Amino acid sequence: MHELSITRSVVAIVSERAAGQRVTRVLLEIGCLSAVMPDAVRFCFDVCTRGTPVEGASLEIIEIPGRGRCDSCAEETPLAAPAGRCPICRTGRLRPTAGQELNIKEMEVESCV
Amino acid sequence: MCVTCGCGQGAETELTLHDDEHVHGGHTHLSNHGHSHDHGAPGGHGHDHEHSHDHTHPPFHSGNARAPTGPMVPGRDRRSIALESQVLAKNQLIAERNRGWLSGRGILALNLVSSPGAGKTTLLERTLVDLRDELKMAVIEGDQATSNDAQRILATGTCAVQINTGTGCHLEADMLERALHLLPAEPNSLLFIENVGNLVCPALFDLGEHSKVVIFSVTEGEDKPLKYPHMFAAASLVLLSKTDLLPHLRFESKRAVENALSVNPDLELLEVSAYSGVGLDSWYTWLRRNLAAQEGS
Repeated sequence: MHELSITRSVVAIVSERAAGQRVTRVLLEIGCLSAVMPDAVRFCFDVCTRGTPVEGASLEIIEIPGRGRCDSCAEETPLAAPAGRCPICRTGRLRPTAGQELNIKEMEVESCV
Repeated sequence: MCVTCGCGQGAETELTLHDDEHVHGGHTHLSNHGHSHDHGAPGGHGHDHEHSHDHTHPPFHSGNARAPTGPMVPGRDRRSIALESQVLAKNQLIAERNRGWLSGRGILALNLVSSPGAGKTTLLERTLVDLRDELKMAVIEGDQATSNDAQRILATGTCAVQINTGTGCHLEADMLERALHLLPAEPNSLLFIENVGNLVCPALFDLGEHSKVVIFSVTEGEDKPLKYPHMFAAASLVLLSKTDLLPHLRFESKRAVENALSVNPDLELLEVSAYSGVGLDSWYTWLRRNLAAQEGS
């Protein structure tokens, strides 16, 4: 359950950037090849945010499909596993070009005006 | 809940140095929320110490106070902040620092990963005994609980640091960093890091090691690489272990190798048995070759 420590890192990074302001929304980008389950992160988010400025914030997750480029024929194809053989030339190896993301894209804070 | 400050974050991680003289009660609090303390220079010995809190908790983070929640109120404004921040950036930064520290000393650090019970510790014990007159070696043991593995390593005459991750299912780079401060790791030596038995989580956390080595025992299914592709994709070497049991099993090594290579065509694979010793020479040759390369880098 590495999602727990990953969600803790998300909350720590967001809390630091919030600098005391209340966080109302967090937008994450999770690639399908990152070995991180969005549902597990959602589950951990409520627990990890408790007692922090992120408590009560909504969590949005953009899931990015995996893609890989063949190191032999250079064609790009969808990729479901972290690596694999090229389905087009059947000789090259697919190197992921997308789907390994694990980023905090954006956060929304509420501040006094 | 964190037992150090009661803030409800993190699990307690403990590090203990086991060497041939005595067990040092080095005890480290490793949750990722900003406690800091100093262990002195790498290579120094562990020691009991007080934790120093070098930070103040903001008001929302103390006692039972909760962050303000509830509906929007007039006079408040919502503002979006673009972050583009990698979640694992902090772990990666520490891992790169560890890698530099190790490579500067010519230390070849190997992150040994497997399912629980694949034979990591047994293979290590045999390796340490077979190579102890030839190479300088040290071990970092990661387990959720107990120092059983460190005791087994110590019995071979090798120094070991036991990291107990508590509820943690994998080692992280900061745990290795602190273990390196406890461990008297010698220049131009081999450092085996036995990760928590788990084929999922350790794949994501770079420790700063030279390579990940998967120990894949023949008592598991041939399709393990397909079921846990991330780990096999992240590894450089697979040791197919417990091969002395093959006559009693329906395990087809050829299929296991094909599956591993389909996930990662760059993998090296060696068949070994720590019990009979068959195949260990090729593992030792791999270690010597990579240690020589690390020393020369």
